[in-house]
Amino acid sequence: MLSRLFPHPLLTLVLAVVWLLLVNTVTLNAIVFALLLGLLLPQVIRAYWPDMPTLRNPVAIAGYVLIVLLDIVKANIQVALIVLFKPAARLRPAWVRVPLDLKTPEAITVLAGTITMTPGTVSCDLSDDGHALLVHCLHAPEPASVVDEIKQRYERRLKEIFE
Amino acid sequence: MALWMEILISALLVLAGLFAIVGSFGLIRLPDPMTRLHAPTKATTLGIGGVLIASMVYFWAAEGRVSAHELLITLFLFLSAPITALFIAKVHLHQSEKPEALPKPGEAVDWASFAPDGPARGVRPAPEAGDGDAARQG
Repeated sequence: MLSRLFPHPLLTLVLAVVWLLLVNTVTLNAIVFALLLGLLLPQVIRAYWPDMPTLRNPVAIAGYVLIVLLDIVKANIQVALIVLFKPAARLRPAWVRVPLDLKTPEAITVLAGTITMTPGTVSCDLSDDGHALLVHCLHAPEPASVVDEIKQRYERRLKEIFE
Repeated sequence: MALWMEILISALLVLAGLFAIVGSFGLIRLPDPMTRLHAPTKATTLGIGGVLIASMVYFWAAEGRVSAHELLITLFLFLSAPITALFIAKVHLHQSEKPEALPKPGEAVDWASFAPDGPARGVRPAPEAGDGDAARQG
């Protein structure tokens, strides 16, 4: 019964919290309406998102979000320094191929988004069979170490969350 | 509002402005389209983040209420910035990159932008043998 009402408890929670943030007040009215949205929307979109992943590891998700936020701040400072002080002739941009262990489209999407937001890398394309990502590096004297870092730092954690 | 609060808010705003201007300056300074893409996707994020934090601190200090819209703006920014960057990168791949210049994704597959029939996964079913060109010519 409970699992039919809440097929995706985390999605319900996220929708409710986003609604509360949107109305910017925490009153009984707002909470009731937020829970209503959180209950109804997952039911409505279920038909259009058949293999919605169920995430059962909130601690891992919170850890991942923290690491990514920290890396975004680092990325900003690094890129700002490169823009300001590195002569264009000494810049070593490179294309790298990141082989993927992740299988679900949702996990690959999150990984690609993370890569774009973090130090000196932008994800540009997915291979036709979905087994590799094409990543462009702003300054990568050693492209292999970039691949290692992406796999160690982000992909391993996403695997724990999604699979 | 206390003086040190005002100083904190001003410092955040100035820092945010610096990052935003460096991000925009990168657009001019970096040498080619792909490297230019890096400056606005990253350096600007902290610029907007700084303004939003300053805004939250202001409402908390001046009006004594916690404003949460800034968190939502951050969330939507993190959702939309990578997607915009991907769109621009894809257009660049289509218009001015040759598949030979990129690393190969694997044996017998190509990057989705260069696949002859468009993306094979999920988006559309595989075309039936011989329907496309033959039908158009016939």
